Amino acid sequence: MALSDKDRIFQNLYGFQPWNLSAARKRGCWDGTGAILAKGRDAIIEEMKNSGLRGRGGAGFPTGMKWSFMPKQSDGRPSYLVVNADESEPGTCKDRDIIRHDPQTLIEGCLIAGFAMGAIAGYIYIRGEYYNESVVLEAAIQEAYDAGLLGKNACGSGYDFDLYVHRGAGAYICGEETALIESLEGKKGMPRLKPPFPAAVGLYGCPTTVNNVETIAVVPEIMRRGAEWFSSFGRPKNSGTKIFCIQGHVNNPCNVEAEMSIPMRELIERYAGGVRGGWDNLLCVIPGGSSTPLLPKHICDDVLMDFDALREHRSGLGTAGVIVMDKSTDVIKAIARLSAFYKHESCGQCTPCREGMGWVKRMMDRMVTGNAEIEEIDVLENVTRRIEGHTICALADGGVWPVQGLIRHYRPLMEERIQAYKARHQRLAAE
Amino acid sequence: MAKVTVDGIEVEVPNGASVLQACEAAGKEVPRFCYHERLSVAGNCRMCLVEVEKAPKPVASCAYPVAEGMKVFTDTPVVRNARRGVMEFLLINHPLDCPICDQGGECDLQDQAYAYGSDMSRFLEAKRAVKDKDIGPLIKTVMTRCIQCTRCVRFAAEVAGTPELGGTNRGENMEIGTYVEKALTSELSGNLIDICPVGALTSRPYAYVSRPWELKKTDSIDVLDAVGANIRVDARGPEVLRIIPRINEAVNEEWMADRGRFSFDGLKRRRLDRPWVRKDGKLHAATWPEAFAAIATKLSSLPGDRIGAVAGALADAESTLALKDLMAAYGSANLDCCDDFAAIDTSRPDFYRFNTTIAGIEEADALLIVGCDPRKEAPVLNARIRKRWTAGKFPVGFVGPRGVDLTYPVQHLGDSPAALAGSAFLETLKAAQKPMLILGRGALQRPDGAAVLAAAWKIAAETGMLKPDWHGFNLLHHFGGQVGALELGFVPGTNGKGLNAMLTGGVDALWLLNADGFDPARIPAGTFVVYQGHHGDEMAARADVILPGAAYTEKDATWVNTEGRAQRGRLAIFPPGEAREDWRIIRAYSEGVGKALPYDDANAIRARLAQASPVFARVGEVARGGCANPTGPAGDAAALNNVPFALPIAVYHQADVISRASEVMAQCAAIYGPQQALAAE
Amino acid sequence: MSAPAHEEPASFAFDAESEAKIATIIRRYPEGKQASAVIPLLYVAQKQMGRLTGSAWVPRVAMDVIAERLSMPPIRVYEVATFYFMFNMKPIGRFHLQVCGTTPCMLRGSDEVMRACKDAGGVAGPGETSEDGLFTMTEVECLGACVNAPILQVDDDYYEDLDYESTVKLIEALKRGERPAPGSAIGRRSSEAAGGATALKGAEQD
Repeated sequence: MALSDKDRIFQNLYGFQPWNLSAARKRGCWDGTGAILAKGRDAIIEEMKNSGLRGRGGAGFPTGMKWSFMPKQSDGRPSYLVVNADESEPGTCKDRDIIRHDPQTLIEGCLIAGFAMGAIAGYIYIRGEYYNESVVLEAAIQEAYDAGLLGKNACGSGYDFDLYVHRGAGAYICGEETALIESLEGKKGMPRLKPPFPAAVGLYGCPTTVNNVETIAVVPEIMRRGAEWFSSFGRPKNSGTKIFCIQGHVNNPCNVEAEMSIPMRELIERYAGGVRGGWDNLLCVIPGGSSTPLLPKHICDDVLMDFDALREHRSGLGTAGVIVMDKSTDVIKAIARLSAFYKHESCGQCTPCREGMGWVKRMMDRMVTGNAEIEEIDVLENVTRRIEGHTICALADGGVWPVQGLIRHYRPLMEERIQAYKARHQRLAAE
Repeated sequence: MAKVTVDGIEVEVPNGASVLQACEAAGKEVPRFCYHERLSVAGNCRMCLVEVEKAPKPVASCAYPVAEGMKVFTDTPVVRNARRGVMEFLLINHPLDCPICDQGGECDLQDQAYAYGSDMSRFLEAKRAVKDKDIGPLIKTVMTRCIQCTRCVRFAAEVAGTPELGGTNRGENMEIGTYVEKALTSELSGNLIDICPVGALTSRPYAYVSRPWELKKTDSIDVLDAVGANIRVDARGPEVLRIIPRINEAVNEEWMADRGRFSFDGLKRRRLDRPWVRKDGKLHAATWPEAFAAIATKLSSLPGDRIGAVAGALADAESTLALKDLMAAYGSANLDCCDDFAAIDTSRPDFYRFNTTIAGIEEADALLIVGCDPRKEAPVLNARIRKRWTAGKFPVGFVGPRGVDLTYPVQHLGDSPAALAGSAFLETLKAAQKPMLILGRGALQRPDGAAVLAAAWKIAAETGMLKPDWHGFNLLHHFGGQVGALELGFVPGTNGKGLNAMLTGGVDALWLLNADGFDPARIPAGTFVVYQGHHGDEMAARADVILPGAAYTEKDATWVNTEGRAQRGRLAIFPPGEAREDWRIIRAYSEGVGKALPYDDANAIRARLAQASPVFARVGEVARGGCANPTGPAGDAAALNNVPFALPIAVYHQADVISRASEVMAQCAAIYGPQQALAAE
Repeated sequence: MSAPAHEEPASFAFDAESEAKIATIIRRYPEGKQASAVIPLLYVAQKQMGRLTGSAWVPRVAMDVIAERLSMPPIRVYEVATFYFMFNMKPIGRFHLQVCGTTPCMLRGSDEVMRACKDAGGVAGPGETSEDGLFTMTEVECLGACVNAPILQVDDDYYEDLDYESTVKLIEALKRGERPAPGSAIGRRSSEAAGGATALKGAEQD
């Protein structure tokens, strides 16, 4: 049973209607926000916990719990909400649609979330490339200010809340929450050591919560319709609706908000017109953005799209960027290009990532042509293990998982490539 | 305190300590590159990973706080594998050019590679090459060797207070440097060489000079400023090849200033390596007996009160004492150790010492600096002030020329003594629990120096700096010999003449011991001058007899720093040619003229030193205490004139006879000197 | 990166338009936290260079001006400017052709987009500028519009669902001084499925 349009939170995901405030209000935005705030901080956090919402930025940390880490009483320092709109995980383009087509869902969510965690202000950190999106977002925020929904006595709640947009400038690493905070403070986006966590020492040394755009933007609707409604979609601990970005070798790439735990095959076939050349032409799928290991077709046949099911197959839901590859794909090259991405985006702070990502990328480049020794596949695998888990942040982990997934599922192909290269060059040498 | 178990060994460490500190407390060595005790924690090299029970991944021990009951493991397969991995990653792009690297033999990376490195490389790709940077004449860069630990970046920003180094670009393209090519402006830049764990930043003057195992290492004291930094003089044969700091938490922590570190090539140039005697208006090479005879002939012809002696900035305590005793034997009380004319009151030691002590700066909670540029006069001490400022809540007032950058913000109160009266900053000082004042020796070189001293003391008294348990009055001297001479009372005795009187017809013969502080043209024609020293600077040229002495690296000698801390320098190399240890020169002379001084070995003269002043009886220590008596120095605090304070050290790199003889310092002066600064504006 | 090898202007000053922007930017951050404005001010400088010289880049002197304005040591500004990929540290062409080459775009034909940029724009390869100074091509990492791959970002605008021909057409239009409307080259409104939305169908207007 497919998710019906009325249960879709993002009613204007495709921008068929205007993004402006009056249109948004017609879609239900800002309906009874004052009353939601009137329930109080604890009630809102409780409702979020009950909804089972897990962060939509990739890690899937329970949102309500994250908010509850914020101090209940200020020690003199203000608290901040920071929204992570640095959408840069390859395969992910959902926040962009929320921001440019349905920005009031996000803005209203910021107010509710900010209120629930006692923040005096929110910063939306949007990736620099989303220039036009940032223009829309700033205009939407201005509309909200003008309507009394933000600022002093926001929404008539008696609570003051300011919201600002801050543009990044081209650094994937700033999607890591502490790198984002560093960047927002005017420094290089280099992840911080934890502890302390942002809820204790975050932006400007103050308690801070960093949430993904989609996470925040679904909050108002959860508060309006109730935790039970939201958690009725998907399997337990994987509840809710979710925007999937279906792309690659499908007939009709698209973003779509669907229920969690939808079978991957159904997701692709119902919404994206199926795999190019038919399901049997499927080679593999990267299910949750570039950091999640690929899954070969036999797993894709019946895997469910949620945190736990994908994890069982040693991959993950990540950001729900579904990258589909058909049998025409050079999968080694596809993953090698991701290795190039991670090398390019490593901040350079930690030794294993700074040095290791370039090494992996260069080995992968040789794997593409086959200019390697069979044993080097083991070296490559071992190098990824030496990188994994040894750095400050998870970029390096996300960077080596795709390679590990490739070796796990396509080692014979890699060996074949190497042998073919050898054969070719032996022949050339003989001639 | 938290109880932590490291590899089964239970230790107690303070709450908030790092796992690494707990490991050290348990006697477990943890390898590290980016971590440095005196810098902020970066946690980026990942070499110090350890396992902590219940942590899902190995943690960086330098950055991970301990918790009660924590179990840490430093030697597990996971840990070893992690460190081997980090080492492999560090080495893949490292040139492995140890045979031609000056860090070889004292390189953290090399040492750790023995423990965690592999004997073969699995890396088949092209290695990264990084362009070298020109950051000035003192530091050589080989940036391909850099492991991006960022210690240098943090040192420059945090300790030196000159944030000029950074990491530009990102990922494997990150490069350490200044981005825009420029010479670092820190007087502490040499410390970058020490903190760099690899051969990326090495000493330019020491480039390709020696290997550490070829060096004879001698612990000594830096005398080129009055901090008394503890140093190690590394020599091979007759040459000093480098000077590096030793740790002394109370004095220099582990830093030293550039002039002290890099002037040593001046020890080989312009040296006085034999006696000279002036005949018919010209200096002629002479033997020791001829030189002594020339002096004896002159001095024996004069009454004692027509003979005078001056001890200068680089005179050691032993020779100063010997000279004083010799003068007494001649019946002369004409002594002066202020060859810079500073009006110092020696009636009480706390009138001329840095009473708060250097380490005590960290306890202070407000500071007034008068007529002094501690950054140039005592860079290491200035780093201590900056350290205190970095810790927060430390207002600093400054009286002196406008626009002086001390590496921390100051409230500029005015440029002349007039600013001392009625300043609002005095209220800040009064409100502080432990306020302190630093008066520059340069501020006492003025005609109203005695008044400045008295006025500064008065402020100290009035703002609560002088308490039974806190002494906040401090004089900052400039060189290693100055305070020792004050302790020995090398000042005009009863009816004795001071330097001014001696230079205006008061004496007929002058014995100058390392006295280079004043213009030789001020010595009246006809005055017989004995110059005892090690460099053929301007003063030597004025001498009638030159007695070649030993530089501080060439003798076992005692020095007293600005705090009043006596410390022993040691002979690292022998003096050149016929030059001799200075007190022995005086002792030998005394014997020849029948006035033999009552000591003829090192123990005996040191016993005599200890009698002369208690500071020499407690070498290495300093008697820190409060101010028992708030009565001030003799000067008239009201006699101030309102001439702006001038800062005495105009060119940091050329402030004494050794650094003036140094080619390395000459290069620095050309780059950093005042004329260049003007040209740049 | 070490000292720049190209010619640097001798001075830089923000013009009135930039100053107006800076005034609103600084207000976003708390007192004493003005360093937060470093990225926004680098943008302002780059934009101004584009506006006044036709080449949007950040000269070293502009970084020094920003450092002074924000009370930061210059090296901290250099670090930031060189860390973030969107600041051009040397002069670029009038149009900045930023071809996304990451896997999602690669799977959908970004090589063809790049080939079109070379052919039609006269650019030798990534990082190069055409001889007429009109185009600089950069291979960029994932632009975050993957369901509309492949993407070419021209300055601030995304051009989506491209192939060789549509890219050539776009570049030819730019040469003629036109600025085609950003978005899909195959007529999609945005990220809905090509050939008709598969969700929110009722919401479709027009």
